[in-house]
Amino acid sequence: MAKIVVDVMLKPEILDPQGSAVSAALPRLGFTFAKSVRQGKRFEIEVDGQPSPAQLAEVEKAAEKLLANPVIETFVVRVEN
Amino acid sequence: MKVGVVTFPGTLDDRDAARAVDAAGATSVALWHKEADLKGVDAVILPGGFSYGDYLRCGAISRFAPVMEKIIDAANGGMPVLGICNGFQVLCEAHLLPGALTRNHELHFLCHDQRLVIENTSTAWTSSFTKGQEVVIPLKNGEGSFQCDDPTLAMLESEGRIIARYVGENPNGSRNLIAGITNERGNVVGLMPHPEHAINPLTGPTADGLGFFTSVLKAMVK
Repeated sequence: MAKIVVDVMLKPEILDPQGSAVSAALPRLGFTFAKSVRQGKRFEIEVDGQPSPAQLAEVEKAAEKLLANPVIETFVVRVEN
Repeated sequence: MKVGVVTFPGTLDDRDAARAVDAAGATSVALWHKEADLKGVDAVILPGGFSYGDYLRCGAISRFAPVMEKIIDAANGGMPVLGICNGFQVLCEAHLLPGALTRNHELHFLCHDQRLVIENTSTAWTSSFTKGQEVVIPLKNGEGSFQCDDPTLAMLESEGRIIARYVGENPNGSRNLIAGITNERGNVVGLMPHPEHAINPLTGPTADGLGFFTSVLKAMVK
């Protein structure tokens, strides 16, 4: 069984207050490595067998239509085994 | 004159919106999200709340409700549609309005009386106001920060499609203090603050909100 993963991120020019809040919390806990943090969403979609190119194209369409809002977000579709 | 008020699962402000419609002199008609039927209404209001629990993104799932297909067609045909708060988010997700509403820049849920300036009085929902008029109506949202890319912002500004702006400090990080916008035709309006909660000083801060509802009556008589 394979897993199709869709990662959705706010476009770089869109303000990400949640990421900023996480970024501000890290040094308070002693973690000083982060220059900045952006927060996104990850969808894991299970399918039977290895996904076909047609199936992946369908997932791309679904990501464009529902999973992401292309006005403010970008997305990447990939297969994880 | 019949004005439909849509109820999605999680909608909160449908009762107040219906009350405002009736107070303005029209007849409110309840529309249910699952029914692809506009029941002969002349205009539609998408009220505030947390439709579908705001899952995925605010308005992202409501936008595909059966009633929305009819509303999108009717809006494209010129029917007046007002989206308030969550309704504004639904209109952006449905691409009837440009841009998107994102998390308030300070991350807090806001709930206060907000001063606005009305800038465009030629839409179906703002003709009762005068250009430059200041009004005070409640603002209550967690994701009310209006965002769009630079070309879209420039277009909204140059075409006069910003119908209302916040006065004073920017409450939620909206670009150019945008509180509400309209489509090219002026029949579809999205507004983040809540005029339906300000139609009578007994129950709201002012009666300033009533103007949005009397405007659409004028638009329908024309």
